[in-house]
Amino acid sequence: MTIEAGGTRSGDDAWRRNSRAREVRERVIKLLLSACAYLSILTTFGIVAVLFEETVRFFLDVSIVEFLTSTRWAPPQGDFGILPLVYGTLVATAIATAVALPVGLLTAIYLSEYAAASLRRWLKPVLEILAGVPTVVYGYFALTFITPFFRESIFPDIESFNAVAAGLIMGVMIIPTVASVSEDAVYAVPRSLREGAYALGATRRETAMKIVVPAALSGIVAAVILGVSRAIGETMIVTIAMGSQANWLGSPLEGMQAMTAYIVQVVGGETPRESITFKSIFAVGSALFLITLVLNLVSYWFVRRFREIY
Amino acid sequence: MAQSTTRADRSAAGESDFKASISTRYGLDRAFTVLVTAAALIGIGVLALLLFEVIRDGSTMLSTRFLTSFPSQLFPENGGIYPALVGSVWLLGLTALISVPLGLGAAVYLQEYAEDTRLNRVIEVNISNLAGVPSIIYGLLGLGIFVQLLAPVTGGGSVLTGALTLSLLILPIIIVATREALRAIPASIREGGYALGATRWEVIRSHLLPMALPGALTGIILALSRAIGEAAPILVVGVSLYQTYVTRSPFDGYMALPTQIYDWISRPQQVFQDSAAAGIVVAMGVLLLANSLAIWLRNRYQKHSR
Repeated sequence: MTIEAGGTRSGDDAWRRNSRAREVRERVIKLLLSACAYLSILTTFGIVAVLFEETVRFFLDVSIVEFLTSTRWAPPQGDFGILPLVYGTLVATAIATAVALPVGLLTAIYLSEYAAASLRRWLKPVLEILAGVPTVVYGYFALTFITPFFRESIFPDIESFNAVAAGLIMGVMIIPTVASVSEDAVYAVPRSLREGAYALGATRRETAMKIVVPAALSGIVAAVILGVSRAIGETMIVTIAMGSQANWLGSPLEGMQAMTAYIVQVVGGETPRESITFKSIFAVGSALFLITLVLNLVSYWFVRRFREIY
Repeated sequence: MAQSTTRADRSAAGESDFKASISTRYGLDRAFTVLVTAAALIGIGVLALLLFEVIRDGSTMLSTRFLTSFPSQLFPENGGIYPALVGSVWLLGLTALISVPLGLGAAVYLQEYAEDTRLNRVIEVNISNLAGVPSIIYGLLGLGIFVQLLAPVTGGGSVLTGALTLSLLILPIIIVATREALRAIPASIREGGYALGATRWEVIRSHLLPMALPGALTGIILALSRAIGEAAPILVVGVSLYQTYVTRSPFDGYMALPTQIYDWISRPQQVFQDSAAAGIVVAMGVLLLANSLAIWLRNRYQKHSR
């Protein structure tokens, strides 16, 4: 009796201790896991803090009005007007979008409305390879293949570094982004809408273009904005194939410098850390960060909206 | 009377319109089918053309000697990518060691523990935003934090700094992929575990993580292959474009495949262009290998779950 009770009691104790140990372990693990998740907040704070600190120091030397409105960018002469760099980025991005918007959207329609399931399962990952190709590879291709091709065919006056080749290849790079996100949206359109269209005698193309695409429009808009944001932030293609000379309102057949390419140019050179030129890369980085942040938030909002409808 | 004639006229006109248009509509449909198929094939066409070009340009340089030699300014035709290859392997290993545990941890927390509080919603929006931040901005972050602020720990522009920077860059991708894999696991698995008296962590460790692994692994492989293909962020945090030694510790300097390619591209002589092409063939080989592995894993996993 006594032994049994003692045994039970000690077993009871052991079980309680064990349970407490389990509880402590559970709590510690939850804490560790949550720390991993909070790291993302820390990353954002880090980005904002680093960019903000150096940008403020830059604006102690250069007027913010000049930075935002002047059309002269020549750091050695102390001219810091960001507009020529923004222009370079926008020209390349516009060309890229002109390629990726139609091709990406049609690809999405093909994948969702036309391709057999087995084909779709292989085509999507192959498109993902396009998104994963290192951008130095695209840069090389634009510089050594696309530009010479244009020179020999339609644009004999094209410069070695130019916005057309860089923009076109950047368009190829963002096709998978545009295609994949808009395909999700197109695929999410309820079947009943398609069946309704067929019942009214619409053909496959009419159903796709007049029913499915309008129904998926907000997701498609989100996809395009996301692609534009990726193009604006792309660095190596424009660094390699578009040149390093700021060029305000130049022709797309000429070389020009993008915001990202300027940052690479400065960090690759012998610019002293404390110089105003070195600080300027953080100001350009801040502008880049703000532009892409706004685009990403708008895109996120569009995606959420189309998810709420269906 | 006049009214009925009009109606008859109208319907007759409508009928002829309809007959006239049906062949046009079918024609348009056929043209559209060709168009969308062509669009879907453009990407593959460009990829094939690109591979063909670099293999043609790089074939003169490509050999085992190319893989085992240092780059050379004096005899560029005898140069190779050995230190860059070693540096990229270091980057890959360290980045995997840092980003995989952190990414899995964050994903498990957000998917299995986090309640629908304002803070957790902020974290979610924040992660999807971080996924869209340009890679060069991560470079600037690494420059400010790991190269300057934490220099005593990281040794400044070391391979560890490069790996830390790349880890922050790919964390959002890993988190999103892992969460999707966790979300696909039916609730009954969790409930079964709890019913047997397992704690939350025990269920996660013994059931959820093993079940989510193939899906998560697909995302991890794609993320890591993106990390070693990135040139912009490591250019900012101080990758060497030339060094005479091979990286031997996390605190050493390092070269990397994409930046070595970039360095060769930016030199005008033909021999450097050919070296760049040969380097690209190696980089693309690694990329295609990683992608095939990811595709194989995903297809196997999808069949499994059905």
